Amino acid sequence: MTTAREPRAVAWHGTNGAPRLHIVTGKGGTGKTTVAAALATALAGEGRRVLLVETEERQGISQVLDVAPLGTEETEVATGLDGGAVWGLSIEAGAALVEYLRLFYRLGMAGDLLQKMGAIEFATTIAPGVRDVLIGGKIYESVRRTTAGRAPGARRGRDPDAPPAYDAVVLDAPPTGRIGRFLDVTGQLADLAKVGPIRNQADAIRGLLHSGTTVVHVVTLLEQLPVQETLDAVRDLAADGLRIGAIVVNQARDDSVRSTVDVVATQEPDPARMGPQLESVGIRTTPAMLEGLALTAAEAVERRDLELSLEDAVAGAGRPVLTLPHLPEGVGPDAVWRLAAELADQGVRP
Amino acid sequence: MSDLDLGALLDDPETSVIVCCGAGGVGKTTTAAALALHAAERGRHVVVLTIDPARRLAQALGLEELDNTPRPVASVDTSAGGSLDAMMLDMKRTFDEVVLTHADPETAQQILDNSIYQALSSSFAGTQEYMAMERLGQLRHQADAEGTWDLIVVDTPPSRSALDFLDAPTRLGSFLDGRFIRLISAPARAGGRVGARALGVGMSLAAATIGKLLGKQFMLDVSTFVAAMDTVFGGFRARADETYALLQAPGTRFVVVAAPERDALREAGYFVQRLARDQMPLAGLVLNRVAVSRARISADRARDAAEALEEAGDRHTAAVLRVHADHAEVAARHRRLIRDTAAAYPRLATVQVPLAGADIADLPALRDVAAALTTP
Repeated sequence: MTTAREPRAVAWHGTNGAPRLHIVTGKGGTGKTTVAAALATALAGEGRRVLLVETEERQGISQVLDVAPLGTEETEVATGLDGGAVWGLSIEAGAALVEYLRLFYRLGMAGDLLQKMGAIEFATTIAPGVRDVLIGGKIYESVRRTTAGRAPGARRGRDPDAPPAYDAVVLDAPPTGRIGRFLDVTGQLADLAKVGPIRNQADAIRGLLHSGTTVVHVVTLLEQLPVQETLDAVRDLAADGLRIGAIVVNQARDDSVRSTVDVVATQEPDPARMGPQLESVGIRTTPAMLEGLALTAAEAVERRDLELSLEDAVAGAGRPVLTLPHLPEGVGPDAVWRLAAELADQGVRP
Repeated sequence: MSDLDLGALLDDPETSVIVCCGAGGVGKTTTAAALALHAAERGRHVVVLTIDPARRLAQALGLEELDNTPRPVASVDTSAGGSLDAMMLDMKRTFDEVVLTHADPETAQQILDNSIYQALSSSFAGTQEYMAMERLGQLRHQADAEGTWDLIVVDTPPSRSALDFLDAPTRLGSFLDGRFIRLISAPARAGGRVGARALGVGMSLAAATIGKLLGKQFMLDVSTFVAAMDTVFGGFRARADETYALLQAPGTRFVVVAAPERDALREAGYFVQRLARDQMPLAGLVLNRVAVSRARISADRARDAAEALEEAGDRHTAAVLRVHADHAEVAARHRRLIRDTAAAYPRLATVQVPLAGADIADLPALRDVAAALTTP
């Protein structure tokens, strides 16, 4: 990738590849689960299948989309914006390990036994990085799986020409504070598992994450801390060799509010002048009320100025910016659908 | 809902520890810092333990870097005879110090060099919560021994759930004392006592499988680590329980912080219930960043008037009214949410802190927050 401006229109994700794995991170509380769901919905065009994945067993996807809690089986959770299908999956490290042991060690039913013994919890909790490799392994498999049905690398049903099972995979990833560690699957394993299947799997995941197939999108609010964390994450992840996609500014005030504040900012609110004006349209004024209005107006201008400077800071990261509106009525399937349409309007395409 | 009188709580010499809890992003750190500043300027000797302060707040407190030692905060008004020290938690260093204090030098070094320890002390989910409690314990000890402070204010780690702070230490403790980890880390002892046959084929198979997966060296490291920690603490769970009990000590009060948003209030509700269950003394709920309408004109009325003024050509006054209308709507939403919480928790004492324009970047701004916090 080059930093020089190119004349042609840049894709919404800002990379010149055709990414299929979209990793969505952001500071906690910025709404990254909602944005991930909206992105999956926007990418699920006609006849397309998109897999929406969560990794922290929070059941955030089922809450946002108002569906039954997700399990370790992929299930259809929503209709895409243009008639495609969004599938959901909650990856749980323990279940992934049992599956993994079955696949590589042919353990069959022994998985349940290991679970009972506390061995699964042990392996997924204490060994640094193993948990992330297991979760990464499931993601890797879902990105690479073909319509022929089997994971690449499995012995049966391998058909290199078959199309992928999912046109895109959207990951509701850990927050910015943990994302670097989560994506650095091999680094975490450094002292451990120097050989063997875990190591091989970590290397394969690393390869996928650092390829043109993967982009990392960062969700932020126009507030000091989230923007700072976003800029830090963009810098750190890029330094780790990951491709940064879009920065999504979530819960932005709509333009009409902004332009109203712009009018307010043109002059200092003057209670002496406002009083008669308000009385002329039938509002009984008091000095305290006029002071209150002036103070509210001044704060709105201050807030706008802060937002403008934060917008500049976000733009300064040099990534495409997608902006999603604040929805005071909260999130739910309708809100996700509306945000997906917003994303599509701003150029998000399958 | 009754009014929460934090001013009286801070003035009460019986109050020795205040723990600020709540979901991430609700202003816990700011609340902790404001309470500490207020108490110090009222004459108490205060130390505030912050976890992850925003850059500008850290600067305001003189916390330029991660430093596990409390340092005096400059520009505090000490005319009432009080003082304020502040520190930022360094979880790895706190853990290291725990080990160094409790183990002989050789065992301590063995633990510090162990790869499991290194992973555990820097990245295990819950270590930060555990170490925040440990550090609180240390500060309390120091306060008692040296008479340095008579009030400790603690911020808690920025987790998704406020409950993490209470749960993490025990989770870590019971995990390290778990059946499987005990078996693989002390096979000789377990075998000697119980006998390999009694353990059953299942356990041996489990140990063998996990051993194959994670490697011999790793299993060896686990074993060394658990054995060394055992000689130091005689079991992790006991240690974690002891730390937890600190929170139930007399003089400790919890302050739950929430923003007027559905999720944050729900979180705060869970936490309040949990404190009651564990018999931990709750002071009350701080509702942070509450929008308050400053003019008694309804949003609809303001918009109608704005339209009339626009027609009459006064775009500026109209815009001021529209800004007020938007703000009044937010204020109305906050009022509804707070009323619902009050209905659900009728005995919960609360105090509201109004939404401020800019972020808190200096002591005067903190004093403003403190003034709102201590005005019931």
